[in-house]
Amino acid sequence: MGIKTVAVYSDADANSLHVRLADEGVHVGPPPTSKSYLNIPNIIKAIQQTGAQAVHPGYGFLSENSHFVKALDDIGVTFIGPNEKAMAAMGDKIASKIYAKEAGVNVIPGFDGVVKDPEHAVKIANEIGYPVMIKASAGGGGKGMRIAWNDKEAREAFKLSSSEALSSFGDDRLLVEKFVEKPRHIEIQLIGDKHGKVIWLPERECSIQRRNQKVIEEAPSVHLDAATRKAMGEQAVALAKRVGYYSAGTCEFLVDPKRNFYFLEMNTRLQVEHPITEYITGLDLVEQMIRVAANQHLSFKQSDVGINGWAFESRVYAEDPEKYLPSIGTLDTYIEPTAKGNEVRCDSGIVEGSEISIYYDPLICKLCTWGKDREEARMNMERALDSYVIKGVTHNIPLLRDVIGKETFVKGRLSTAFLAEEYPNGFKGRELTNASREELITSAAAIHVKRVLAQREWIQGGGTLGEDVSLPKEWEFWIGVGGEERQQVIVKSKDSDEFKITIGGKSVKIDVDWKLEAPLFRASISKEKSAKDKTKSLTIQYLEKETLGYVLQQYGTKYHVTVATKRQHELLRYMKPKAKLDLTSMVLAPMPGSVVSVSVKEGDTVAEGSELAVVEAMKMQNVLRAPRVGKIKKVHVQPGSSVAGDEIMIEFAQEKAAASA
Amino acid sequence: MTRVGLRTLSRGSAAVSAWVSPARPIRPVGKFLATEEYSLRSYATTAPHQPVTSKETAVLQRIDAKRAEAFLGGGQKRIDTQHGKGKLTARERIDLLLDTDSFREYDAFVEHQCYDFDMNKQKITGDGVVTGYGTINGRLVYVFSQDFTAFGGSLSKTHAQKICKIMDQAMLVGAPVIGLNDSGGARIQEGVDSLGGYADIFQKNVLASGVVPQISLIMGPCAGGAVYSPALTDFTFMVRDTSYLFVTGPDVVKAVTNEEVTQEELGGAKAHTTKSGVAHLAFDNDVEALLKLREFVDFLPLSSQNEVPKRRTDDPSERADAALDTIVPVDSTKAYDIKKVISRIVDTNTFFEIMPDFAKNMVIGFARLDGRTVSIVANQPLVSSGVLDINASIKAARWVRFCDAFNIPLLTFVDVPGFLPGTSQEHGGIIRNGAKLLYAFAEATVPKITVITRKAYGGAYDVMSSKHLRGDLNYSWPTGEIAVMGAKGAVEIIFRNVKDKTQAEADYVAKFANPLPAAQRGFLDDIIVPSTTRSRIIRDLKMLKTKTLRNPAKKHGNIPL
Repeated sequence: MGIKTVAVYSDADANSLHVRLADEGVHVGPPPTSKSYLNIPNIIKAIQQTGAQAVHPGYGFLSENSHFVKALDDIGVTFIGPNEKAMAAMGDKIASKIYAKEAGVNVIPGFDGVVKDPEHAVKIANEIGYPVMIKASAGGGGKGMRIAWNDKEAREAFKLSSSEALSSFGDDRLLVEKFVEKPRHIEIQLIGDKHGKVIWLPERECSIQRRNQKVIEEAPSVHLDAATRKAMGEQAVALAKRVGYYSAGTCEFLVDPKRNFYFLEMNTRLQVEHPITEYITGLDLVEQMIRVAANQHLSFKQSDVGINGWAFESRVYAEDPEKYLPSIGTLDTYIEPTAKGNEVRCDSGIVEGSEISIYYDPLICKLCTWGKDREEARMNMERALDSYVIKGVTHNIPLLRDVIGKETFVKGRLSTAFLAEEYPNGFKGRELTNASREELITSAAAIHVKRVLAQREWIQGGGTLGEDVSLPKEWEFWIGVGGEERQQVIVKSKDSDEFKITIGGKSVKIDVDWKLEAPLFRASISKEKSAKDKTKSLTIQYLEKETLGYVLQQYGTKYHVTVATKRQHELLRYMKPKAKLDLTSMVLAPMPGSVVSVSVKEGDTVAEGSELAVVEAMKMQNVLRAPRVGKIKKVHVQPGSSVAGDEIMIEFAQEKAAASA
Repeated sequence: MTRVGLRTLSRGSAAVSAWVSPARPIRPVGKFLATEEYSLRSYATTAPHQPVTSKETAVLQRIDAKRAEAFLGGGQKRIDTQHGKGKLTARERIDLLLDTDSFREYDAFVEHQCYDFDMNKQKITGDGVVTGYGTINGRLVYVFSQDFTAFGGSLSKTHAQKICKIMDQAMLVGAPVIGLNDSGGARIQEGVDSLGGYADIFQKNVLASGVVPQISLIMGPCAGGAVYSPALTDFTFMVRDTSYLFVTGPDVVKAVTNEEVTQEELGGAKAHTTKSGVAHLAFDNDVEALLKLREFVDFLPLSSQNEVPKRRTDDPSERADAALDTIVPVDSTKAYDIKKVISRIVDTNTFFEIMPDFAKNMVIGFARLDGRTVSIVANQPLVSSGVLDINASIKAARWVRFCDAFNIPLLTFVDVPGFLPGTSQEHGGIIRNGAKLLYAFAEATVPKITVITRKAYGGAYDVMSSKHLRGDLNYSWPTGEIAVMGAKGAVEIIFRNVKDKTQAEADYVAKFANPLPAAQRGFLDDIIVPSTTRSRIIRDLKMLKTKTLRNPAKKHGNIPL
C-alpha cells in the first residue's frame, strides 16, 4: 500500500524479524510486557518521536485496550481498529452480553456481574448449575479461563483465574457462566466502516482447543448450513451496529450438535486466525482495516462475499505437546515449508537463530494452507507439517500432525472436547503402525547406507589399503524403533540412491533424495514385485545422529531409531543399562520461569495431589502437585525466585524401605 | 612412603588372582572349534591343499587346535564372567573397532616363557593380548587389545613384546596405534621381566609421539605403572563404570592417608574427564566407545608424514549462515554458546568435541571444513565468560601441540576477557601454565586462522593465536573488541583522578570496543561479516595448503612444563 512502517521492540526483540522488515524500529523498554509492549507512555513516546500517523495494534497486548485508544485519540493519532466506546463496550464481557441481548443475539445463561470472591463464585455456580466456566472479564485467548465441575474446583478456578487475569490484563474481575457441553467453537468475522456499513464474512471453526486455547482452525466449518451461517452472520452484524462498531472484529459463538448457537464474546481486534478467512474470501483484512481507519467506505457489498475453497491454520507453538509446557531456547535450525503456488502461508516473526524467550507467548508460526476443497487443504497441511524443520526448542508439530491425520478430523467430527476425547490420557506421540514402522526402518536403512558409503570416500589421506577393502553391495543391519526389538534388514544397493530393502521377507524398492546430513529426507517407496502398486512418497526429518542410529521425525513425531550391524547387534546384548537418577523424591521445575507461590514448608506432610507451588512462565501459571504422600524435606525456592527447567524445587523425605524389602 | 609398584594395588586385585587360580582354561584339542560367535573367519590357517601324510595332518591339527585356543583366551567361563560385567572380550572389541574382516592378527601363538611359581604349567595361547592391524573405514590402524580373561590381562614379558612389535611396525609404516586396555597389572610371577616390559612400551610410546597418533581406550582396570602408557599416548578414552585409572588403588589410599574412596570416585571415567583431565572422553559402554573411537580416528592423519584426511561432504562451501550475524548478543556482558558458532560454520554434524567436561571455559575438538579435518580451539563465553585459567591453558596447549605435530590446521575462535585473577590461580602457577598455551601457539607452524567474535583483552589476546604469533589469517567480526582491558578497568587507571568517569568510559568504548584500532595496525587482516565466515575460511585453508614454515633447527625447544 506504500505506507512506511515503524516497529516497536523490547530488549528481547531487538533482532526480531518484524524490526528488520520495518522501515524504522523504536525501542520501547525491557523484555517484560508491562514495561514495554503494554507500556502506553513509552508507545506514545515512540509515536511522537517518529511522527507516526496511525497505529496497528496487532492481536495481543494493547489491541483491546480502550485506554490506549483514548490516549491515541488525545494526541490525534488514528487507531487502526474500533473506536474506544465500542471497544470498551464489547471488551468487557459482562457489558457485551447485555448489549448482545438487546441486539437480539442468542446468549448463554450466566451471571452478568462481577464475582466477588471464591465463595461468591461457588454460590453463582450452584445457581446456574455445574459445569460452569470462570473467566477473566477483561481477557481473551484462553488466559485466565477455567472450567469447574464442583465447588472445590470453582474455588480453585477463581483463585488461579484472578491472578492470571491480573498478570495478563492488569484486571482481575471474573465472570461465571454455564458451560455448554460438546460444543463447537465457530466465529463470524466482521468488517465495518465508519459510515455505518458492516459486513459479515464466512465463519471459522476453532473447535480444536486445549486449555481453551485454539490449536487448529479452519474456514469454513463443515458443521454449518447456509441458513445457520446467514443467521449467525446477521446476528453478529446486528450486535456490531448496536454498539457502533467499525474495523475488523469477531463474534465468537458456541454451536451445539443441533446447530443451536450462543454468543460467546466479541473480539474487538484482528484475530490470530484471520489468514484463513483471507484465503477463502480473497480479502486482505489488514488492508481493509487501514482503509476503514482512513475513513474510506468499504468497497464491497454483503452479496459480493463468497467462499472459495477451504483453509486450515495450525498454530505452531514452542511447547511440549505431551505435557503442554512451553519450551524456550534458540531455533538452531528453522526451515519453513514452502509450496509452488499460494497454498502454504507461514506467518511467523522469527528466523533461524531467533530466541524463544520466557517473556512472550511461545507461538512460533501460524501455518496456513489452502485447497480447493477440505481434503486438499488438509493434505497440504500434512505435507507442510512434515517438511517444517524446527530444532532447538520442543514444539507441538507432533500433536498438530497427528490431529490433522486422525480419522475423526478427516471426517470433520469436531468439538471443543476433541483433544480430550482423542487423547484421554494425554498425547503421547504418534502411535506406530506396521506401515509407518516399515517406512521408518526403510528410511533409516537407506540413510545409514548412504552415510556408510560416504565415510569410505576419502579424497585425501585415505592411506594405502582403501582399494583393497572393497565396499559391499549388500548389507545386513538390525534396526529397531524406540525401545522395540531390532529386526533384521537386508539392503542391496543398485546405485548410490536406489536400494532394495528387505524386512522380514518383504522387499521394497526405495529411491532416495537426500544430501548427506540434510534435515529433510525424501524418498519414494514401491513394492518390488507388483509394479501396479503405486509409489508412495515419504518426507522424513533427519534430526540427529546418535552413536548407534538416528533421531528421525516421521508424521511429526520423533523416533530414536537404532541401526546396528550384525556384529554390533549380537554384542549389544551384553551391555548393561545405565542406572538413572532417582527422581521420585524430587519435584522439578517443569520449565524455566518464576515461582509465584509456595504452599508448603519444610516438615509439612502432604497428600498426593495437593498443591506445592505455582510456577509462572509465558503468562501461564502451572500448579505443581505432590506426586505422592510424604513429608517435605527441603524447599529450595521461595516466591519470586526464578527457576531453570528441571531445577530441583522441592524434595520429599525418603520413604522408609518398603516392608517387603 | 607409598610403594608405587608396577602392579595392581587395588580392589581390582581380586581380578588378578583369578588367573593364578588352578582352574585351567578349556583346551579343545583336535577338532576345529568354531562357533558362530567365535568364527575364525579369515584368520584361520586354511590349508590350500588336502594333507597327504598323517604327519602333515597331525601338524595342521595342532596348529588349528592352538589357534582355536587363542580364540578362547582364558576360556568360556571367564568370557561369560567378562560378559556378565557388561564388558566384551578382546576379540569382540576388535570386531567392533575395525572394518568387518579387515583384522590381521600377529603372534596368536605366543606363550609366556616363565618357569617360576609353576607358571610353565599354566599357559594361555596368545598370552593375554591380541595384536595386529586392520582398517577403519578403509584406513590402516594397528591395534592391541588386552584380554582380561587370560591371566587377568596381566603384562608379561612376551605380552609386552607383542605390543612393542606392532608399535615398531606402525612407526615404520606410518599408521596410528590403538590400545584397548583391560589389564590387572603386571604379571607378578615374572617380576622384573614384567617391569622391563612396561618400560619398553613407555620408551616406544615416547619415540612414536608426534610420529603416529596413539590412542588408549581404557576398558577395564589400568593401575600402577601401567597408567603411564596411556598417559604418554595422545588421547585417553574411558568407559563409564567399567574402567579405572589410578597409580594406587583405594586400599593403599586408605592405608596411607586414611581416606575412604571408591574405585569409581578415585579413578573412574567421571573423575578423569571432569577433575584430573587425564582422560579426554568417556563413553557409556564398550559398543558406544568403540563406535565413537572409529569416528574419532576418521579425523586423524595416519602419521605426521601423511596428508590430513579429506572425505566427501554435501555441505556447500559457499553456505552463508545469516543466524551467525546475530548470534553474538548486543549486550556485551551476555553469554552465548561458542559451540553453536562452531557447529554453524563447520560441515554439518562434524564437530567432535574433545574433553567436553574438563575446563569447560575452553572448547577444543575436531571438525571438517569442505570435508577436510581442522582443529578447533575456542573460548567458551558461556562458562566463566571464557576466561583463561590453569586448566583451560593446559587443555588447549596439549591439543594445539598434537594438531601441530600432525599438520592439522588450527582454527581459533576468540572471546576472552583475560586471565583469571586470584591467589589460587597465581599460586597454582597460572604464569607457567598459561605460558604452555602461549608456547604451543607460538611454536605451531601449521596453517593458523583466528576469528575474534567479541572480546580479546590483554595478554589473553596475544596468547589466543594472535597475528603476532605468526597467525596466517586473523579476522574479527564487527562485534570484536580488542583492547588491553574492558572500559571500566581501563578508565579507572587512565582517569584515576577524574571523579565522573561516565564520559571517559563512553569515550573508551567508542575508541577501543570495536575492531578498528587493531585492523588499522594490521593486527587483523580483515573485519568480516559473520555469515561469510565459513566460505572465507574454506578458501583460506585451500590457499594455505602449500604453506611451509620451519622453526630454527634445534635439538628440541623447552616448553614450560
